[in-house]
Amino acid sequence: MLRFAGLVMPSSKPFYLRVAGIGKRFGDTVALKDVSLSVNQGELVCFLGPSGCGKTTLLRVIAGLEPQDAGRIERGGRDISFLPAARRDFGIVFQSYALFPNLTVADNVSYGLSRRRLGRAGIAAKVEELLEMVGLSGIGERYPAQLSGGQQQRVALARALAPAPGLLLLDEPLSALDARVRGRLRQQIKALQRRLGVTTIMVTHDQEEALTLADRIAVMNHGMIEQVGTPLEIYRRPVSRFVADFVGVMNVLDATATGGMVHIGTRALRLLDDIAPTGPVHLCIRPEDVVVRGVGAATANAVPVRIETLEFTGPFFRAILRLDGGEAPLVADLSINDVSDLALAAGQAVTVALPPDRLRLYPREA
Amino acid sequence: MWAIKCNKMLAVVFAAVFLIGGAGLAFAQAKTKVNVYTALEADQIKAYKDAFEKAYPDVEMAITRDSTGIITAKLLAEKNNPQADIVWGVAATSLLVLDAEGMLEPYAPKGLDAVKPFFRDSRNPPHWVGMDVWAATLCFNTIEAEKKNIPKPESWADLAKPIYKGQIVMPNPASSGTGFLDVSSWLQMMGNEKGWAFMDALHQNIGVYTHSGSKPCNLAASGEYVVGISFEYRASANKVKGAPIDLIFPKEGLGYDMEATAIIKGAKNMDGAKKLADWSVTKEANGLYARNFAVVALPGVGKPLEFVPADFEKRLVKNDFAWAAANREKILAEWNKRYNAKSEPKS
Amino acid sequence: MSAVAAAPARRSLDRDAWIARVAIAALAIALIVTVALPLYAMLSRGLESKSGAFVGFANYVAYFTTPGVGRAVVNSLVIALASTVVTVSVAFAFAYGLTRSHMPCKGVLKAVALAPLLAPSLLPGIALVYLFGKQGILKSLMFGQDIYGPIGILLGEVFYCFPAAILILSTALSLSDQRLHDAAVSLGASRWRIFRTVTLPGARYGLISACFVVFTLAITDFGVPKVIGGWYDVLAIDVYKQVVGQQDFQKGAVVSALLLLPAALAFTADFFVRRRQVALLSARSVAFRPRPERVRDGLLFIFCAAVALAILTVLLTAAGASFVKFWPYNLDLWLGHYDFNNKDGGGWRAYYNSVEMALWTATCGTAVVFLGAYLSEKSNLFAAGRATIRFLAMIPMAVPGLVLGLAYIFFFNDPANPLNVLYRTMAILVISTIVHFYTVAHLTAVTALKQMDPEFEAAGASLGVPWYTTFRRVTVPVAMPAVLDISIYLFVSAMTTVSAVVFLYAPSTALASIAVLNMDDAGDIAPAAAMAMMIVYTSGAVRLLHWLATRGLARRSQAWRGR
Repeated sequence: MLRFAGLVMPSSKPFYLRVAGIGKRFGDTVALKDVSLSVNQGELVCFLGPSGCGKTTLLRVIAGLEPQDAGRIERGGRDISFLPAARRDFGIVFQSYALFPNLTVADNVSYGLSRRRLGRAGIAAKVEELLEMVGLSGIGERYPAQLSGGQQQRVALARALAPAPGLLLLDEPLSALDARVRGRLRQQIKALQRRLGVTTIMVTHDQEEALTLADRIAVMNHGMIEQVGTPLEIYRRPVSRFVADFVGVMNVLDATATGGMVHIGTRALRLLDDIAPTGPVHLCIRPEDVVVRGVGAATANAVPVRIETLEFTGPFFRAILRLDGGEAPLVADLSINDVSDLALAAGQAVTVALPPDRLRLYPREA
Repeated sequence: MWAIKCNKMLAVVFAAVFLIGGAGLAFAQAKTKVNVYTALEADQIKAYKDAFEKAYPDVEMAITRDSTGIITAKLLAEKNNPQADIVWGVAATSLLVLDAEGMLEPYAPKGLDAVKPFFRDSRNPPHWVGMDVWAATLCFNTIEAEKKNIPKPESWADLAKPIYKGQIVMPNPASSGTGFLDVSSWLQMMGNEKGWAFMDALHQNIGVYTHSGSKPCNLAASGEYVVGISFEYRASANKVKGAPIDLIFPKEGLGYDMEATAIIKGAKNMDGAKKLADWSVTKEANGLYARNFAVVALPGVGKPLEFVPADFEKRLVKNDFAWAAANREKILAEWNKRYNAKSEPKS
Repeated sequence: MSAVAAAPARRSLDRDAWIARVAIAALAIALIVTVALPLYAMLSRGLESKSGAFVGFANYVAYFTTPGVGRAVVNSLVIALASTVVTVSVAFAFAYGLTRSHMPCKGVLKAVALAPLLAPSLLPGIALVYLFGKQGILKSLMFGQDIYGPIGILLGEVFYCFPAAILILSTALSLSDQRLHDAAVSLGASRWRIFRTVTLPGARYGLISACFVVFTLAITDFGVPKVIGGWYDVLAIDVYKQVVGQQDFQKGAVVSALLLLPAALAFTADFFVRRRQVALLSARSVAFRPRPERVRDGLLFIFCAAVALAILTVLLTAAGASFVKFWPYNLDLWLGHYDFNNKDGGGWRAYYNSVEMALWTATCGTAVVFLGAYLSEKSNLFAAGRATIRFLAMIPMAVPGLVLGLAYIFFFNDPANPLNVLYRTMAILVISTIVHFYTVAHLTAVTALKQMDPEFEAAGASLGVPWYTTFRRVTVPVAMPAVLDISIYLFVSAMTTVSAVVFLYAPSTALASIAVLNMDDAGDIAPAAAMAMMIVYTSGAVRLLHWLATRGLARRSQAWRGR
């Protein structure tokens, strides 16, 4: 199984899970609108979106915890739309972990295991194996309240994995943890998922989490999927202004496009051919795509700007640039080397390039 | 395994609530028990019950005891589905109410001929047969009277005197059989107009109307009030217990009611009910009644009681049960109209 | 962990969903049968003539044209309002002392304040007779007024309703936000101003709620006016008189409907107020910690101790009276009043019946109530059934016991009703008692369930475990304190209740509380006090057991409850 972020070929593998045309309302509120998505065997898919976008609802519909109003859910080609949660063969890690407080860690982990099939000794061995897998050997006799947040999270993971589910569903599994624990656990989850090869869907509002963990990301907004793609696709080629804005930092400038060119203020910038919209547009470019080094007169889309502020953030400098005659400022992330080599400073005038292949245009209401 | 246990638990809960209790008890009572409703005094029943069950070892009494009002109310409530087989020791006036509803089964007990005519329903076979008579009696607390310098009343008329203001208790005729016999006898004795006039005056002196016929005497016995309008059995019982009371039998005559027996139409244990009705007119039974009451159904059985005068029977007024039953509702309505307004100051 | 894709063989779980549906349906039907249908039977009886013909509101017209009826209505309202004002004022000060001061002996004072819960409402009436009756120990305090009447009823109702008000108000007051107090103090507000602007508004929902609850309790109580009401007619007594005295069931139904009205109104209003309070409480705040203040603490202690002393006096009077041979003429100590077998009311059998009834009520009632609350809150199946359970579970609180008892006669004693085998059995007493106290028990269960992680059920289901296993292994153990609370509440209520069961008991199922009523009715007031005290001793002992069990449970679960 060869899998690296960005290199998965979705069509080359059989779908493990397919949802089609899912709709769900809560009273007057539309939670999901015609959502369709396929998840491949062994893949880790993230549902990413702001709170209230319907990502958790979609997860719960897939899990069978929330009945859908419309649409179809298939697993391995079999319709499971109306199968109760308990028969879907899905393991779930809840945002709150939902560890049973009155049961020991071992009892929690073995909760979904059949005593009849495994026997007492079999269960004990299995529990130990699972705890070891999540790096928590020897805490089986403790109660959840005696564990740290990160430990609780891993117990929840072990519990969900215990019955060897076909699909693992993670609902904001790291949101309750502090940043350092979160980073470490992220790696552990990723490694575990790779090792077990278990198909996984994870809900998160944290784009960094999605970008680092996911094989593919489904970006959701207002109950709809805006874009599905590899993290690189999502980052590099967001299909909508929302995705562009939500994932990573993005400059959004009001502009007007005409065949192959985009006009911002009095300046015209060249575009790649495949970018089509005309008329009023949002012109988007990521701060790190603004080029400052080696910009000459021949460089495409060279623009003279003035550096308003230059802020050191650690890995890079964040610069606020002012275009000549432009109204909105432009944010650029400049490497430390660039700043020192070019001796850039606030107040300085400089020419930067906005590479045509890094420009994204989205229609704008005039 | 646990799943099964849980299902069972659910089943047990429902079964327990809705079935076991009901069916179990119903079954247990179905054997050879006769369901008896009675308003006899609690302390009298045991001797009667033992004697009856000795005479008829195959029948067991399941007794529902309560005050006359409650027993009558229960019987009426259960009219469509009678639970009682026999009513035993309930006021004749109440039995007439039940009779008017067609709830009584006519039956002539063996030995009915010996019963004083006055103690039976005149129809043949009679719908009810009397057992004993209880009559209005005053309980007069001598200690409190002395403290308050209140003279001993001799007659009903005395009770209307202002000196007794706030010192008299009587049962509310709406809830107590004794209370009703008082009111109905006053009306029969004095006539409608004078009767109500007397009660108007008496009302001025009443401290409280109780819901039980025994309670006025008990209140007098414990010194809460000086005079309790009650009946002779409770009065004697209190005096025996050491209460500082005198029994007074107003000289105009004593209102009374009769404890009587009647079989309920549709009795589930008709045989048992008839056996009790038969036993109730035997000499043995009447002998037991006579330990508590001076006047019983069989002639020559009654004997004077310790605090009751020998001529007790002669002091009873004429009581027309039929009239009392027929006018019951009207009388109570009038009584309520006049005296329920006690709490408001008279203008 | 290699065979990840192989779906493990699991039992059919559709069956589990059906078990849930069937359980919901069974509970919904049970509540319809035991709540809705009897009330319907009762209300419709009020529109029928004695022979059963439909007569519209003729019975109502007849009742209202009866002279003196308006007075019972007015009296009931006056007593209920007066009881509400007095009870809530005293209870507020008492609860303030318990929650907002540093006075000593808080635990003891609270225990005494709640002690009236252990007694039937007849007990204060009986004790008041001994205290303030014509031969009363403290008669001189009455200044010539008669205890039989409004004063007696008022005092009795205050005693009877006090614990309910204390429970609500001390909860409301203990939930105050320390930060508001700090802010007010730092702004230099006077103590009175803080009380007016911080304390009172914070507790206002508790105050309103307490008022409604006390009002409902007082207007529907039957025990106190029965014993000490004298000639002062109230609606609750009127039902009894119409049915028992005049055997007029139609009019009884009419008065019941009248009694239902204010209780239902108060209940509805309270329901909405409580909903708002929940919203208020969910806000995050810092718990208030009172600081010692000698003068305030001293004054509050004196006040609370006086109130506690009054409560103890009532209880001890009843206890003492039960040992005095013939009050007031023979003051020898005597155990003869405990020889119940020669008295009205069913004797010792009645006492054992009460204990049996209370045990059934506590066990079956807790099982049914908790399961019902669980299914209605946590299941997502059979929405109509769950809505029915939720709705009908709230009704009993608005139904006075007398009305419920009468409704049960009408419904269960109908020969056309196949359930009439229950009539006159222990089962109907248990059912009526569970129903009578259903709402509070249900709300306790719901509150406990709502505090639980809502994902427990989903977690269990996603692990392929049937809901009833998760219910047994997780929900019940986690909610065990609430389960114990419900069972003790039902037990004590079953021991002390009079009103519903007074119409429903049979000779073999006479109850201790009814024996108290009947013995008092017959004027056997000392044995009545003795039996009332037997109830107090028993509920007190069970409460003590409950306390020990709760402590044991707390210790055992200390590990997992954490923090």
